[in-house]
Amino acid sequence: MRKALLDWLDDRTGYRAMVHSMLFENIPGGSRWRYVWGSTLVFAFTVQLITGFFLWASYSPSSQTAWESVYFIQYQMAGGALLRGIHHFMAQAMIILLVLHMLQIIIDGAYRAPREVNFWIGLILLNIVLGLSLTGYLLPWDQKGYWATKVATNIMLTVPIIGPSLQRIVVGGAEYGHHTLTRFFALHAGLLPALMMFFIVAHVYVFRRHGIKFKEPKRAADTHFWVDQLLKDAVACLAVLAVVLFLIYRPLIFGQHHVGAELGAPADPSEAYSAARPEWYFLFLYQFLKLQSFAGEREVIGAVVIPGLVMLILFLMPIVGRWKLGHRFNVVFLFALLTGVVILTFRAVAEDRGKSDYQAAVTQAHKDAERVKDLANRPTGIPATGAVSLLREDAYTQGPKLFKAHCASCHRYDGHDGVGFKPDPTKQPQTASDLKGFGSRQWLTGLFDPKQVDSPNYLGAPKLKTGKMVKFVKREVPDYDKNEMQAVIAAVSAEAQLPSQRHQDQTDAAIIKKGRDLLLAADIRCVDCHQFPGPQSAENTARSKDSANTPDLTGYGSRPWLLAFLHDPGHERFYGKKNEMPAFGAKKILDEKSIALIADWLRGDWYDPNQTAPPPPPATAPTTTQAR
Amino acid sequence: MAEATTHPSPPEDERRNFLKKVLAVTAGLIVVLIPSAAGLIVLLDPLRRKTNKADFLPVTNLDALPDDDLPHPFQVVADRRDAWNLYPAQRIGAVYLRRNKDKVTAVNVVCPHLGCFVDATADGSFKCPCHNSTFQKDGSLIAGSVSPRGLDELEVDQQSLKSGIVKVRFQNFQAGTHLRIPV
Repeated sequence: MRKALLDWLDDRTGYRAMVHSMLFENIPGGSRWRYVWGSTLVFAFTVQLITGFFLWASYSPSSQTAWESVYFIQYQMAGGALLRGIHHFMAQAMIILLVLHMLQIIIDGAYRAPREVNFWIGLILLNIVLGLSLTGYLLPWDQKGYWATKVATNIMLTVPIIGPSLQRIVVGGAEYGHHTLTRFFALHAGLLPALMMFFIVAHVYVFRRHGIKFKEPKRAADTHFWVDQLLKDAVACLAVLAVVLFLIYRPLIFGQHHVGAELGAPADPSEAYSAARPEWYFLFLYQFLKLQSFAGEREVIGAVVIPGLVMLILFLMPIVGRWKLGHRFNVVFLFALLTGVVILTFRAVAEDRGKSDYQAAVTQAHKDAERVKDLANRPTGIPATGAVSLLREDAYTQGPKLFKAHCASCHRYDGHDGVGFKPDPTKQPQTASDLKGFGSRQWLTGLFDPKQVDSPNYLGAPKLKTGKMVKFVKREVPDYDKNEMQAVIAAVSAEAQLPSQRHQDQTDAAIIKKGRDLLLAADIRCVDCHQFPGPQSAENTARSKDSANTPDLTGYGSRPWLLAFLHDPGHERFYGKKNEMPAFGAKKILDEKSIALIADWLRGDWYDPNQTAPPPPPATAPTTTQAR
Repeated sequence: MAEATTHPSPPEDERRNFLKKVLAVTAGLIVVLIPSAAGLIVLLDPLRRKTNKADFLPVTNLDALPDDDLPHPFQVVADRRDAWNLYPAQRIGAVYLRRNKDKVTAVNVVCPHLGCFVDATADGSFKCPCHNSTFQKDGSLIAGSVSPRGLDELEVDQQSLKSGIVKVRFQNFQAGTHLRIPV
């Protein structure tokens, strides 16, 4: 019955002859490991087709959804990190396999007559694979892909005459946007794989026509593809997959938690990205273009003409190889080319290793990537405007950058400029306080420490050093009762309502009450100069007359206080005429949003993924007592 | 040509060949199955996600609902999660509300047959524009319809009704079956 059915099928399709010709291809001189590269490439491409289809089923190409959908695949969907990891690393494995395949073909002279056409088909396949890599790099729409691909499409501009039009067609407009993604995706998942399949079929067909160019001398008796060579091919494919899986799970071995391909922060044309580099296999070209010979208008030579010439020489190899000397030339040329590529790649890596600003940019990029992942993971999800707004509106991310740009010329944050760089004190001396923990008990304790008060971290600036506050702290504070002073510090600090002290402020309500009473009773002479709320007795008002040029202690360090202060520190509620700080809001140096980001960052008021809900009050805490 | 070069093989070679075949097929299966399995897991991810819990959602004020014992359509507004996005206050569906004095009943507007939006007729009964299923004013099925069940009645919050707000436990149910299975 079964045989009758198969006979019928064979009669109608001739499948037996086809399977037979596929499996029983003659391998002259026996199976060898050096023949496996072609098969591993077919395997790698098959894996890309499979994983690519499944990624496609979850990917959404538009500038507000590309990063977001990849984020969802990577971090929310079961198996997503593995799937994306296989696609990502198999693409890189393919480049290496291509080089190995080409090496074997050229060294063994397998490109010579009658196999010239097949060699050319192979070169076409090489270019398609490079095209697939280039287009795929952009699709996650993260900072890395965005900026690296921008460089690639700008290289198109160097092509004479048609360059600008070509670039506009590829980008889908003057600027990167929705159509850049739809076009790159159409190329990556549509045209290029279709071309690839067509040329692979042609490649294998022509290969079968001429058979294997066996390596002399024959080591063994002839054999068949099935099963000797197929077993070697299968083992090689298994090894390739094992390497890819290792690369995916490698971070786990080194104790990191992320698995698979990296996903950077979402693309943002307004955010500097000095960590932009092409994928490693294009690094040589990147390094090549740094050469002075290709400066300015001559860029086209390095970016288009020379790579074009190299490709031309490769295409001519089968013709040059007709002569014995020609074959030698080809082999030498190939090795020279590869050596050049390796040297350029190493130089690119070495140069970046030595650049501290590049290393800082990479660290920052990883930090942003990690942060946006946490923000996107919040129950509130990603807004319809896209994940890029998550980072733009995040105090934790923007605060340090704004601090560096607008505050660090005078202030410090924990000794650095906000982003972790310690400025050279001779070039950029610290002339104003260190704002790490501003308003906190710790910070205020330092302020009231006679030894610290006139240090650069507090009131060490020339004008302040001789001011009333420093005198007060140095002369009078040492005489105060320690416990009372602590209560006053707790009370002033409670005004800030810092998220980090929410807990403490609750537990110490009684101490804070005591501190407030001390302040208001004017035993401790803060209200002689500073404004503080309380029963506005005649005595108190009179004492506070001097308060026009001193910061108001009402809500000191709280969000509204800090917003008003940054808006105009010269307001009579703050430093008045004595002010030396820029009025960031009043003078329109910064918009309200940026001021709020700085204030929130200084106050430590940002989303903390490790602390999703405010901590429950401890059992000993008074539940009803309130400071005010 | 291939046939000509085959050598007559002794039984030991046969056994070795068999082992090679098993190994080759196994390795071949592994390398194709792993990537395919990774993809399939991702593709099947939606099956793993729980259906949303149905909460009472405010639909309208009681005063905005005519006391005429006839169905009136109202949009239901709620936060909608769509994969990675959370859209606040979106129209996520609609209900027919019918008021008789202090009593309010709600049915989902979706036909349980294949999911079309049913129309309310002048006499208060419902008719599906797609396959002509008809339903009574209370949503029950009129004989001769193709729909497997009556319109899905939705729970109205009696507590908030007393304070003049109509809240409905909004839910969609699987079409095409006589059972009410929440989706």
